[in-house]
Amino acid sequence: MNVQNYVRKRFLPHLWCPGCGHGTVLNALLRSVDELGLSKEDIVMVTGIGCSARMAGYVDFHTMHTLHGRALAFATGIKMSRPELNLIVPMGDGDALAIGGNHFIHASRRNLDITAIIMNNHIYGMTGGQFSPLSGPGTTATTAPRGSIDPAFDAMDLAKAAGATYAARTTTFHVRELQKMLTGAISHKGFSVVEVFSQCPTYYGRKNNTGDAPEMLKAFRDETAKIGSKTLDENPELIPRGVFVDRDAVDYGEAYAELCRNAAKEAPRC
Amino acid sequence: MKDIRFIQGNEACTLGALYAGMDFFAGYPITPSSEIAEMLSGELPPRGHTFIQMEDEIASLCAVIGGSLTGRKAMTATSGPGFSLMQEALGYAVMAEIPCVIVNVMRGGPSTGLPTQVSQGDVNQARWGIHGDHAIIALTAGSHQALFENTVRAFNLAETFRTPVILLYDELIAHMRERLEIPSEGEIPLVERLMTSVPRDVDYRPYLAREDGRLPMSDFGGAHRYNVTGLYHDMWGFPSTDPSVVRGLLSHLVEKIEGRENELTFTREYETEDAETLLISYGSAARTARQTVYEARDKGIRMGLLELETLWPFPERKVRDAVAGVNETVVVEMNLGQVFEQVRRVARSPERVFLANRIDGRFITPPDIRKVLRIIAGKGVWA
Repeated sequence: MNVQNYVRKRFLPHLWCPGCGHGTVLNALLRSVDELGLSKEDIVMVTGIGCSARMAGYVDFHTMHTLHGRALAFATGIKMSRPELNLIVPMGDGDALAIGGNHFIHASRRNLDITAIIMNNHIYGMTGGQFSPLSGPGTTATTAPRGSIDPAFDAMDLAKAAGATYAARTTTFHVRELQKMLTGAISHKGFSVVEVFSQCPTYYGRKNNTGDAPEMLKAFRDETAKIGSKTLDENPELIPRGVFVDRDAVDYGEAYAELCRNAAKEAPRC
Repeated sequence: MKDIRFIQGNEACTLGALYAGMDFFAGYPITPSSEIAEMLSGELPPRGHTFIQMEDEIASLCAVIGGSLTGRKAMTATSGPGFSLMQEALGYAVMAEIPCVIVNVMRGGPSTGLPTQVSQGDVNQARWGIHGDHAIIALTAGSHQALFENTVRAFNLAETFRTPVILLYDELIAHMRERLEIPSEGEIPLVERLMTSVPRDVDYRPYLAREDGRLPMSDFGGAHRYNVTGLYHDMWGFPSTDPSVVRGLLSHLVEKIEGRENELTFTREYETEDAETLLISYGSAARTARQTVYEARDKGIRMGLLELETLWPFPERKVRDAVAGVNETVVVEMNLGQVFEQVRRVARSPERVFLANRIDGRFITPPDIRKVLRIIAGKGVWA
C-alpha cells in the first residue's frame, strides 16, 4: 500500500520538527485506514489546536481544524448529523485533557462512535515547551524551570472511569502495535481512545536531557511494558501498554436513532 | 383556520425556528432560555432531527457548527453567562463562515447577575464579544409575532450570508405570554442553503465567493473533501498568512455584512410622520415606549417611536434620518445606554439625544420615560 494516496501532497512538507513522533502516528493511522478498506470520503478528521492539530491539513479526508480542546465537541455535532461517517479526532495531551478535559470525559460518557487519538508528547510543543497535565512531577518545562510539581492524569484511568468503551495505550516505538490499536479503535462501535506516547525532541527532549529522538524512542521501549507481561509483573514501575478497555455498550448514536423511531410513533405535539 | 396560540416568547421563538426548518439543536440549560431546549427535546426526535444536550455552552455551539457544516439548519439557545462561553466558537463560525443561529435571552449581568429578571445589557457583547475585527448580525423583537418572524429571518440571513446570526431578546419577552398567530406554510419565504454546482471530483473551492459575495456550500462529509479552519485561509480553506489573503478575507467578512445595511436592518415606526419628539427603543422596552407615545398623542403631543429590530449592523442611515427631523430623541432601553451611544454616534446633533433607562432588573414604565421628557423640557422632576 502507499500511504501517500491519503495525503494532500501539495500541503507538504509538514511543519513538524525533525524527529517528532507525530508523523509516525499519521503513518500508522493511514495504514490502519487502508487496512480497514475505508474510503477517503467516509472519513472526517477533526482536530483542535497544537502540533497534533496540523494533521488535518495533510490528510485527504474531510478535515476540520477547530478550536483548542473543542475538537470532540465539533465531532459530536458532525456525528449526530451524519452517523454514517467515520470520525477520527487526533488531539495533543493538553488539547485533549487540559482545555479539552471536560469534552473528553463527556464524549467518553456518551459513547458516541468517535475515535479519539491522544498524541501525548507530555508537553505543549507549539507554544514552546510548557508543561501539560500529562507531563508529571519533575518534568522541566518553560513554565516549570525548577521542575513541575503538578501530578499527571493517567489518560487510560480517566477514559475508563468516564465510560469510554475502548481505550488503549502505546508509543511511537511500537508502530505495529499502534497500527493494530488504531484499527481496533476505528472499527470499535462506540467511543474509542488511543493514547500514543509521541516524542518531542525539540522541547520535551531538550528541556529534560533525554537525548535525541532515537534516544527518546529507546526510552519508550525501555520504560513501558505490555499489560499482562512478565516484564510488567516484575517491574511494576514500568508504564503499562496495551488495550485497557474493550467492551460493548449502547452507542449514543444508535440510542438516539431508537429514541427518534419511538417518538415518531407518537401524535404530533405542536 | 388560523393557528392562534397564547404562549411564552421562548415558545414563539422555538416555533419560529421549526417553521424555518431548523433541524439541529445543541444546548445547555440556562435561565431564562431553558424552555427552548425543553420544547425542542420533545419536538425534534419525532421529526428524526437532532437534539443534544451538551456538557456546556462551549460544546453546544461547537456541535451546532459541526451540525450546520454537514447541511443542517442549526441553532443553540442560551443567556448571558452561556453567551460569554460561546464567544470562542462564535468567532470560529464568523471566520469559517458557518451559518447558525444563536439565541441569547438577556438577563441582568455581569456574571450570574439577575438570572430571572429583565435586562438588555448584552447589546454590545453581541457586537464585540469575540476578539478581532469582525462584523455580526444581531436581531431582536418586542412581541411574540415579531419574535417568530425574526427567528425565521435569522435563519434566512444566516443561510444567505453564511454567517452566525444572534437573536437577542430579553427575559420579559421570553417569559411573557401573549397571542401568536402562526403564519401558514409559505407565508414567510424561507431561504435554503446555496449549494455549489461544482460536480464531484472537480476542484471545489469552499471559500471562493461569487460576484455577489455569496459562497456556495457543499455539505461537509459529502461530495467534496475540503478543509475548514479558524485560521486565516485561502479559497480552498487552507491556512495562509499571505498579507493579500489575510486582508482579502477580513474585508470580505466585514463587507458582506457592514456593506448591506439596507438588506439587513429592520425597523418599525409608530406615529413618526409628524413627530417632534422621537423615542428609539427595541425589545420589551419598545412596548413601554409605544404606550408612552399613544398616551402622549392622546394629549396632543407629537411623539413617535422608531423601534429597532436589527441591532447589528446598527441601522445608521435609518436612525440618522429619523433623528434629523425631530427636536429631541430619547433612547429607551434597560441598560446604561448601549444603543443610546450608537444613536449619539450617528446623530448630527448628539446633544439632542437623551437616555431613559432602568438598570435595576425592573421593567421600564411610561413614567420612567416621562420623567426624562420633563427634564428635557426644563420642567424638573416631580416627586
